[in-house]
Amino acid sequence: MATRNRPLSPHLQIYAKQVTSVLSILHRITGVTLAFGAFLLANWVISATYGADSFAMAQGVLGSWFGRLVLFGITLSLFYHLGNGIRHLAWDMGKGFELIQLRTSGMFVVAFTLIMTVLTWIAAYSAAGAN
Amino acid sequence: MEMRSHLGRVRGLGSSNDGVGHWWLQRITGVALVPLTIWFVYSAIGLAGADLAQFKTWVGTHANPVLLSLLIFTMFHHGQLGLQVVIEDYVGSEKIKLTLLIMTKFTAIIFGGYSIFAVLRLTLGG
Repeated sequence: MATRNRPLSPHLQIYAKQVTSVLSILHRITGVTLAFGAFLLANWVISATYGADSFAMAQGVLGSWFGRLVLFGITLSLFYHLGNGIRHLAWDMGKGFELIQLRTSGMFVVAFTLIMTVLTWIAAYSAAGAN
Repeated sequence: MEMRSHLGRVRGLGSSNDGVGHWWLQRITGVALVPLTIWFVYSAIGLAGADLAQFKTWVGTHANPVLLSLLIFTMFHHGQLGLQVVIEDYVGSEKIKLTLLIMTKFTAIIFGGYSIFAVLRLTLGG
Protein backbone atom coordinates (compact mmCIF):
# COMPACT_ATOMS: atom_id res chain seq x y z
CA MET A 1 0.00 0.00 0.00
CA ALA A 2 1.52 3.30 -1.02
CA THR A 3 1.73 5.86 1.77
CA ARG A 4 1.25 9.41 0.68
CA ASN A 5 -0.40 12.42 2.25
CA ARG A 6 -3.84 12.49 0.75
CA PRO A 7 -6.29 15.27 1.66
CA LEU A 8 -8.50 14.59 4.71
CA SER A 9 -12.13 15.62 5.10
CA PRO A 10 -12.88 17.95 8.03
CA HIS A 11 -13.06 16.25 11.41
CA LEU A 12 -16.40 15.14 12.76
CA GLN A 13 -16.45 17.66 15.62
CA ILE A 14 -16.81 20.50 13.10
CA TYR A 15 -20.31 19.51 12.08
CA ALA A 16 -23.50 20.42 13.97
CA LYS A 17 -25.58 17.41 14.95
CA GLN A 18 -28.44 16.60 12.62
CA VAL A 19 -31.14 13.93 12.64
CA THR A 20 -29.51 12.26 9.64
CA SER A 21 -25.98 12.16 11.04
CA VAL A 22 -26.99 11.06 14.56
CA LEU A 23 -29.17 8.25 13.21
CA SER A 24 -26.35 7.23 10.87
CA ILE A 25 -23.78 6.74 13.64
CA LEU A 26 -26.47 5.04 15.77
CA HIS A 27 -26.72 2.35 13.07
CA ARG A 28 -23.05 1.58 13.63
CA ILE A 29 -23.20 1.71 17.42
CA THR A 30 -26.26 -0.56 17.54
CA GLY A 31 -24.57 -2.90 15.04
CA VAL A 32 -21.52 -3.30 17.27
CA THR A 33 -23.82 -3.80 20.28
CA LEU A 34 -25.65 -6.55 18.41
CA ALA A 35 -22.37 -8.27 17.53
CA PHE A 36 -21.81 -8.47 21.29
CA GLY A 37 -25.40 -9.73 21.67
CA ALA A 38 -24.61 -12.52 19.20
CA PHE A 39 -22.15 -13.94 21.72
CA LEU A 40 -24.80 -13.88 24.44
CA LEU A 41 -27.14 -15.81 22.13
CA ALA A 42 -24.39 -18.31 21.30
CA ASN A 43 -23.51 -18.71 24.96
CA TRP A 44 -27.17 -19.22 25.86
CA VAL A 45 -27.65 -22.00 23.27
CA ILE A 46 -24.31 -23.67 24.08
CA SER A 47 -25.04 -23.64 27.84
CA ALA A 48 -28.02 -25.94 27.19
CA THR A 49 -25.66 -28.72 26.02
CA TYR A 50 -23.90 -28.66 29.42
CA GLY A 51 -27.03 -29.73 31.31
CA ALA A 52 -29.91 -28.29 33.33
CA ASP A 53 -27.72 -26.54 35.90
CA SER A 54 -25.64 -24.57 33.43
CA PHE A 55 -28.73 -23.61 31.39
CA ALA A 56 -30.42 -22.49 34.62
CA MET A 57 -27.32 -20.42 35.39
CA ALA A 58 -27.38 -18.80 31.92
CA GLN A 59 -31.09 -18.04 32.36
CA GLY A 60 -30.36 -16.71 35.85
CA VAL A 61 -27.64 -14.35 34.61
CA LEU A 62 -29.84 -13.12 31.73
CA GLY A 63 -32.78 -12.71 34.13
CA SER A 64 -30.85 -10.79 36.81
CA TRP A 65 -31.32 -7.02 36.97
CA PHE A 66 -28.03 -6.51 35.15
CA GLY A 67 -28.84 -9.17 32.57
CA ARG A 68 -32.21 -7.57 31.96
CA LEU A 69 -30.58 -4.17 31.58
CA VAL A 70 -28.17 -5.59 28.96
CA LEU A 71 -31.01 -7.41 27.18
CA PHE A 72 -33.08 -4.21 27.19
CA GLY A 73 -30.20 -2.40 25.48
CA ILE A 74 -29.89 -5.23 22.98
CA THR A 75 -33.64 -5.11 22.28
CA LEU A 76 -33.44 -1.36 21.60
CA SER A 77 -30.39 -1.91 19.37
CA LEU A 78 -32.07 -4.77 17.53
CA PHE A 79 -35.23 -2.89 16.63
CA TYR A 80 -33.29 0.23 15.70
CA HIS A 81 -30.83 -1.68 13.51
CA LEU A 82 -33.70 -3.66 11.96
CA GLY A 83 -35.78 -0.57 11.16
CA ASN A 84 -32.84 1.51 10.00
CA GLY A 85 -31.47 -1.46 8.04
CA ILE A 86 -34.70 -1.55 6.04
CA ARG A 87 -34.25 2.21 5.52
CA HIS A 88 -30.78 1.44 4.16
CA LEU A 89 -32.19 -1.18 1.79
CA ALA A 90 -34.65 1.41 0.46
CA TRP A 91 -31.73 3.80 -0.18
CA ASP A 92 -29.89 1.01 -1.97
CA MET A 93 -32.84 0.87 -4.35
CA GLY A 94 -32.52 4.62 -4.85
CA LYS A 95 -35.60 5.56 -2.83
CA GLY A 96 -36.14 8.11 -0.05
CA PHE A 97 -33.25 10.52 -0.54
CA GLU A 98 -35.24 13.79 -0.31
CA LEU A 99 -34.46 15.69 2.90
CA ILE A 100 -38.06 15.57 4.10
CA GLN A 101 -38.22 11.81 3.37
CA LEU A 102 -34.97 11.25 5.28
CA ARG A 103 -36.35 13.05 8.35
CA THR A 104 -39.72 11.30 8.18
CA SER A 105 -38.28 7.80 7.72
CA GLY A 106 -35.71 8.50 10.47
CA MET A 107 -38.33 9.58 12.99
CA PHE A 108 -40.48 6.63 11.94
CA VAL A 109 -37.59 4.26 12.75
CA VAL A 110 -37.11 5.90 16.17
CA ALA A 111 -40.83 5.53 16.95
CA PHE A 112 -40.78 1.91 15.69
CA THR A 113 -37.79 1.15 17.94
CA LEU A 114 -39.39 2.55 21.09
CA ILE A 115 -42.83 1.00 20.50
CA MET A 116 -41.50 -2.45 19.56
CA THR A 117 -39.07 -2.51 22.51
CA VAL A 118 -41.81 -1.65 25.01
CA LEU A 119 -44.22 -4.19 23.48
CA THR A 120 -41.53 -6.90 23.51
CA TRP A 121 -40.78 -6.33 27.19
CA ILE A 122 -44.43 -6.27 28.19
CA ALA A 123 -44.83 -9.61 26.38
CA ALA A 124 -41.64 -11.02 27.92
CA TYR A 125 -42.71 -10.10 31.46
CA SER A 126 -46.09 -11.73 31.04
CA ALA A 127 -44.42 -14.84 29.53
CA ALA A 128 -41.87 -15.02 32.34
CA GLY A 129 -44.74 -14.95 34.82
CA ALA A 130 -46.35 -17.92 33.04
CA ASN A 131 -43.17 -20.08 32.82
CA MET B 1 -13.86 -5.71 -15.79
CA GLU B 2 -10.65 -4.05 -14.64
CA MET B 3 -11.01 -0.29 -14.97
CA ARG B 4 -7.80 0.65 -13.18
CA SER B 5 -4.39 1.14 -14.74
CA HIS B 6 -1.65 -1.36 -13.91
CA LEU B 7 0.46 1.38 -12.34
CA GLY B 8 -2.44 2.50 -10.14
CA ARG B 9 -3.04 -1.08 -9.00
CA VAL B 10 0.58 -1.66 -8.07
CA ARG B 11 0.68 1.59 -6.11
CA GLY B 12 -2.41 0.52 -4.18
CA LEU B 13 -4.57 3.35 -5.44
CA GLY B 14 -8.31 3.13 -5.85
CA SER B 15 -10.68 0.68 -4.22
CA SER B 16 -9.34 -2.14 -2.07
CA ASN B 17 -9.96 -5.28 -4.07
CA ASP B 18 -13.35 -6.84 -3.31
CA GLY B 19 -15.76 -4.21 -2.07
CA VAL B 20 -18.72 -5.25 -4.24
CA GLY B 21 -18.77 -8.83 -2.93
CA HIS B 22 -18.69 -7.55 0.66
CA TRP B 23 -21.38 -4.96 0.03
CA TRP B 24 -23.66 -7.50 -1.63
CA LEU B 25 -23.21 -10.15 1.11
CA GLN B 26 -23.94 -7.56 3.77
CA ARG B 27 -27.25 -6.75 2.05
CA ILE B 28 -28.20 -10.39 1.43
CA THR B 29 -27.50 -11.41 5.04
CA GLY B 30 -29.31 -8.26 6.21
CA VAL B 31 -32.43 -9.13 4.21
CA ALA B 32 -32.34 -12.71 5.54
CA LEU B 33 -32.03 -11.44 9.11
CA VAL B 34 -35.27 -9.43 8.91
CA PRO B 35 -37.63 -12.44 9.15
CA LEU B 36 -35.15 -14.51 11.20
CA THR B 37 -34.78 -11.92 13.97
CA ILE B 38 -38.53 -11.24 14.11
CA TRP B 39 -39.09 -14.99 14.49
CA PHE B 40 -36.40 -15.19 17.16
CA VAL B 41 -37.66 -12.25 19.25
CA TYR B 42 -41.14 -13.76 19.15
CA SER B 43 -39.70 -17.14 20.26
CA ALA B 44 -37.35 -15.70 22.90
CA ILE B 45 -40.24 -13.89 24.58
CA GLY B 46 -41.87 -17.26 25.22
CA LEU B 47 -38.61 -18.63 26.65
CA ALA B 48 -38.19 -15.97 29.35
CA GLY B 49 -37.62 -17.91 32.57
CA ALA B 50 -37.81 -21.32 30.83
CA ASP B 51 -35.95 -24.35 32.20
CA LEU B 52 -33.84 -26.78 30.13
CA ALA B 53 -36.76 -29.13 29.39
CA GLN B 54 -38.86 -26.26 28.02
CA PHE B 55 -35.90 -24.96 26.01
CA LYS B 56 -35.18 -28.40 24.52
CA THR B 57 -38.83 -28.82 23.57
CA TRP B 58 -38.75 -25.47 21.80
CA VAL B 59 -35.45 -26.17 19.99
CA GLY B 60 -36.78 -29.51 18.76
CA THR B 61 -40.16 -28.31 17.53
CA HIS B 62 -40.90 -28.25 13.77
CA ALA B 63 -38.62 -25.89 11.83
CA ASN B 64 -37.14 -24.27 14.96
CA PRO B 65 -33.73 -26.02 14.82
CA VAL B 66 -33.33 -25.06 11.15
CA LEU B 67 -34.38 -21.46 11.73
CA LEU B 68 -32.16 -21.15 14.81
CA SER B 69 -29.15 -22.53 12.92
CA LEU B 70 -29.82 -20.19 9.99
CA LEU B 71 -30.18 -17.27 12.39
CA ILE B 72 -26.86 -18.08 14.10
CA PHE B 73 -25.03 -18.51 10.78
CA THR B 74 -26.45 -15.34 9.20
CA MET B 75 -26.10 -13.28 12.38
CA PHE B 76 -22.40 -14.06 12.83
CA HIS B 77 -21.75 -13.62 9.11
CA HIS B 78 -23.50 -10.23 9.01
CA GLY B 79 -21.83 -9.21 12.29
CA GLN B 80 -18.38 -10.10 11.00
CA LEU B 81 -18.95 -8.12 7.79
CA GLY B 82 -20.14 -5.12 9.81
CA LEU B 83 -17.29 -5.21 12.32
CA GLN B 84 -14.87 -5.49 9.40
CA VAL B 85 -16.08 -2.15 8.02
CA VAL B 86 -15.87 -0.50 11.45
CA ILE B 87 -12.32 -1.80 11.96
CA GLU B 88 -11.24 -0.77 8.45
CA ASP B 89 -12.67 2.72 9.04
CA TYR B 90 -11.23 3.47 12.46
CA VAL B 91 -8.02 1.48 12.89
CA GLY B 92 -5.07 3.25 11.31
CA SER B 93 -2.23 0.81 11.92
CA GLU B 94 -2.05 -1.92 9.27
CA LYS B 95 -0.74 -4.48 11.77
CA ILE B 96 -3.45 -3.91 14.38
CA LYS B 97 -6.08 -3.74 11.64
CA LEU B 98 -5.08 -7.08 10.15
CA THR B 99 -4.88 -8.69 13.60
CA LEU B 100 -8.35 -7.45 14.54
CA LEU B 101 -9.81 -8.52 11.18
CA ILE B 102 -8.45 -12.04 11.56
CA MET B 103 -9.57 -12.22 15.20
CA THR B 104 -13.15 -11.16 14.45
CA LYS B 105 -13.34 -13.67 11.60
CA PHE B 106 -12.01 -16.54 13.71
CA THR B 107 -14.21 -15.63 16.68
CA ALA B 108 -17.33 -15.46 14.52
CA ILE B 109 -16.58 -18.85 12.96
CA ILE B 110 -15.77 -20.51 16.30
CA PHE B 111 -18.82 -19.18 18.17
CA GLY B 112 -21.14 -19.59 15.18
CA GLY B 113 -19.88 -23.12 14.52
CA TYR B 114 -20.04 -24.14 18.16
CA SER B 115 -23.58 -22.86 18.68
CA ILE B 116 -24.88 -24.51 15.49
CA PHE B 117 -23.24 -27.73 16.67
CA ALA B 118 -25.03 -27.19 20.00
CA VAL B 119 -28.38 -26.92 18.19
CA LEU B 120 -27.66 -30.20 16.38
CA ARG B 121 -26.69 -31.91 19.62
CA LEU B 122 -29.80 -30.69 21.42
CA THR B 123 -32.03 -31.99 18.64
CA LEU B 124 -30.24 -35.12 17.38
CA GLY B 125 -27.97 -36.20 20.24
CA GLY B 126 -28.84 -37.65 23.63
